[in-house]
Amino acid sequence: MIIVGEKINTSRKSIEEAVQKHDSAAIVQAAREQAEAGAHFIDVNAGTFLEREAECLCWLVETVQQEVDMPLCLDTPSARALSEAIKRHRGEPMINSISLETERLQSLLPLVTSYPCHVVALCMAQTSMPTTVDERVKAGAELIGRLMDEGIPLERIYVDPLIQPVSVDTNMGTAALGAISRIMGDFPGVNTICGLSNVSFGLPVRRLINRNFLALAMSHGLSAAILDPTDRQLMATLLSVDLLLGRDEYCQNYIEAYQNGRIVA
Amino acid sequence: MYELKTLTEAVIKGDINTAVAETQKALDAETNVNDIVDKGLIPGMDEVGDRFSKGQFFVPQMLRSAKTMQECMRLLHPFMKEGDITTKGKVLIGTVKGDLHDIGKNLVSMMMEGAGFTITDLGVDVPPERFVQKAQEIEPDIVAMSALLSTTMPSMPVTIEALEKAGIRDKVKVMIGGAPVTEKYAQEIKADGYASDAGAAVTKAKKLLGVS
Repeated sequence: MIIVGEKINTSRKSIEEAVQKHDSAAIVQAAREQAEAGAHFIDVNAGTFLEREAECLCWLVETVQQEVDMPLCLDTPSARALSEAIKRHRGEPMINSISLETERLQSLLPLVTSYPCHVVALCMAQTSMPTTVDERVKAGAELIGRLMDEGIPLERIYVDPLIQPVSVDTNMGTAALGAISRIMGDFPGVNTICGLSNVSFGLPVRRLINRNFLALAMSHGLSAAILDPTDRQLMATLLSVDLLLGRDEYCQNYIEAYQNGRIVA
Repeated sequence: MYELKTLTEAVIKGDINTAVAETQKALDAETNVNDIVDKGLIPGMDEVGDRFSKGQFFVPQMLRSAKTMQECMRLLHPFMKEGDITTKGKVLIGTVKGDLHDIGKNLVSMMMEGAGFTITDLGVDVPPERFVQKAQEIEPDIVAMSALLSTTMPSMPVTIEALEKAGIRDKVKVMIGGAPVTEKYAQEIKADGYASDAGAAVTKAKKLLGVS
């Protein structure tokens, strides 16, 4: 399971303050904590800074990579911010994300094809949000085609089936899960990825819903997730589910985690 | 007058069957249609909005109650005469250009409608010109804009400017909302109001128009 650590997002007050004040120590700490907790990529998002997004995102990239040797997930819908940030990134970043929305596809495609990188492909069509499994799979398939046409290998593509809140439509959970299964089945070798918090929007005790969604998504084949690796309950869920899916030889990871005090009920 | 308390309760509970049955009974008892709406349905939605703001009700309950009211309104529609039903105000709403997110906007529309406002919903990906054109056509009291991406928010001040250029900025109150939007941003772009969720949007709209 590939883990993208989500904490460095300026929509979080402490991170916004750190960026505002150029508090490198705070950002480095947030990155280090996530790396030590098992992240494979560190997501960086400065979207709340609007016109200053590019400059803030670049600062985040440099600040993190100066101290933490890890690839980043460059999280922005802005082509300008992405093109600046990608130049400063050391190694192969993950780009979060591209979709079929015309402007977004046109402006981001040249960027994701000119640098070696991993690409998150969001199942959003040109003019509307998907509502069914089929619509998601169709958008995903089209994106995979477009990206592969440009030379991006299947293994570098991470399809995000677009998670919508179940509070608005109780079929949204199964719609996303069904899309994950289908995409993993139709395109062997591709990756699927999603964040965990959209699904519980508008409901109480969101963390409970989020971590159960992780378990369900994993059992439908999800290969990567954007989450908070410092959330011990969530990571314990991930380990236990990996185990249950037969992916933990001799239950080694689980037992080791337990011995390190990381398994919390 | 036919006792509307059961109707109001049914709206709060989201009990469509009871609500529709009660609406029919009220009609059969020759209750004034305005009264059924103002004294039966709207108080129910007001209570729902209030409970949501207090964290007692959640999004699914809002949706259920809104649907309940919609079904009752459908029943009442043939009995409404032009100019009969008073409205708290006309609201023109849409998600801005380049943005396809509509969940929040739809919740706001539903709650405003439940509170007695008349909604014209332009949908998603609405460019400034379309907001202006429709505003010139229907003369709303409120123009409400939603955005979920920080990259689409800039369409909000552009739309406000377009309303100015068309000479109608001072004829409307502009409200904005959406996950990346803030009170601070609303002040920066000189919108008239900001709300963080559908319940707060109704309260703000009432305040802006001086209605209750």
